[in-house]
Amino acid sequence: MAENDVKLLGSWPSTFVMRPRIALNVKSVCYDFLEEQLSSKSDLLLKSNPVYKKIPVLIHDGKSICESLNIVQYIDEKWTNSGPSILPLDPYDRAIARFWACYIDDKWFPIFRSLAVAQGEDAIKAALEPVFDGLVLLEDAFKNCGKGKKFFGGDKIGYVDIALGCFLGWMRVTEKMNNVTLLDEAKIPVVSVGCGV
Amino acid sequence: MGDEVVLLDTFVSVFGMRVRIALAEKGIQYEYKEEDLMNKSHLLLQMNPIHKKIPVLIHNGKPICESLIIVEYIDEVWKDKSPPLMPSDPYKRAHARFWADYIGKKIYDGGKKIWTTKVEDQEAANKEFIECLKVLEGELGDKPYFDGESFGFVDLALIPYYSWFPAYEKFGKFSIEPECPKFVAWAKRCMQKENVSKYLSDPDKIYDFVVMLRQRMGIA
Repeated sequence: MAENDVKLLGSWPSTFVMRPRIALNVKSVCYDFLEEQLSSKSDLLLKSNPVYKKIPVLIHDGKSICESLNIVQYIDEKWTNSGPSILPLDPYDRAIARFWACYIDDKWFPIFRSLAVAQGEDAIKAALEPVFDGLVLLEDAFKNCGKGKKFFGGDKIGYVDIALGCFLGWMRVTEKMNNVTLLDEAKIPVVSVGCGV
Repeated sequence: MGDEVVLLDTFVSVFGMRVRIALAEKGIQYEYKEEDLMNKSHLLLQMNPIHKKIPVLIHNGKPICESLIIVEYIDEVWKDKSPPLMPSDPYKRAHARFWADYIGKKIYDGGKKIWTTKVEDQEAANKEFIECLKVLEGELGDKPYFDGESFGFVDLALIPYYSWFPAYEKFGKFSIEPECPKFVAWAKRCMQKENVSKYLSDPDKIYDFVVMLRQRMGIA
């Protein structure tokens, strides 16, 4: 089988690796997935991401692109004629999509991670509220960006869907392990339905 | 149709300086509104309800927040006005975004640590900051600018911090140029551009601002 000139260094459970995987699928790009053992990072990873030494890394035609949302934007711009566009076309809508993706990474993910690792009923309860508040904000964003349609991106999966959707599996695990409900259709109907509750 | 452009900002903000430079590069006329961050205006709270932070660009009544997102927005809306702020090639754009993100992650917090840290941690804070600048020097290499032959996105993202260097050096009691001569040479090259030197804030005013902030924070 011919080697693909697109390689993705990643690890199957990683939420951030899921983002470029979704984007590559949206654009129907064939790629080789190279599974990394994070306890023993490959020379390729260390060479391709010398600054952070982290996955995901996309390697295309020998050049490496790092940071998951950066990779998603690259995929959208490089394979512009293949599949639907991931970011909206209008500059204002693009700015809004970038804003919410930044919010998810800079604000929501750190508090979600605190919930995911919280131990004990009190710690879980304390960690749950800000996570849920963030989801309520994203519910409003969903309504504004999606304009009443199925996804943040409208009729199709877009940038913010990819930025948030990658956490779905981990949200489900957190719900089970900590006995909480995050994707509550009664309270955040649009996000819950969008996540396929 | 005329564009109505308003920038909510504060004079010391490195993030605000990025947007001021970008607007100047594109020759965009705008109304500048100085915010008092201890007494935020109703307009700021309305335009950025999530973070309540500056800068906010308000274009024909619609707000755009987060400095690098604003810069990309300016580049996309006024794409017919030169110079381009971002490269056109997707790989170069990804490369530029990566380094702008590195700057956001490392330089702001690293710089803040210098003027907020305890005396016993000062040397470590200074060293960490210098190490980040050296990583950036490595990326710059022999190029005149981070983006190549001309001033671009990464240069724009980084140069505002140069206006804070005198404050860092005074509080950190160290000198940056001997450790990072290439970085300072790059910064001085950028300062030769009118749109940079005009819109970077006065380092003396920034120093006075930090003195005031430290008093407010109860730091000696």
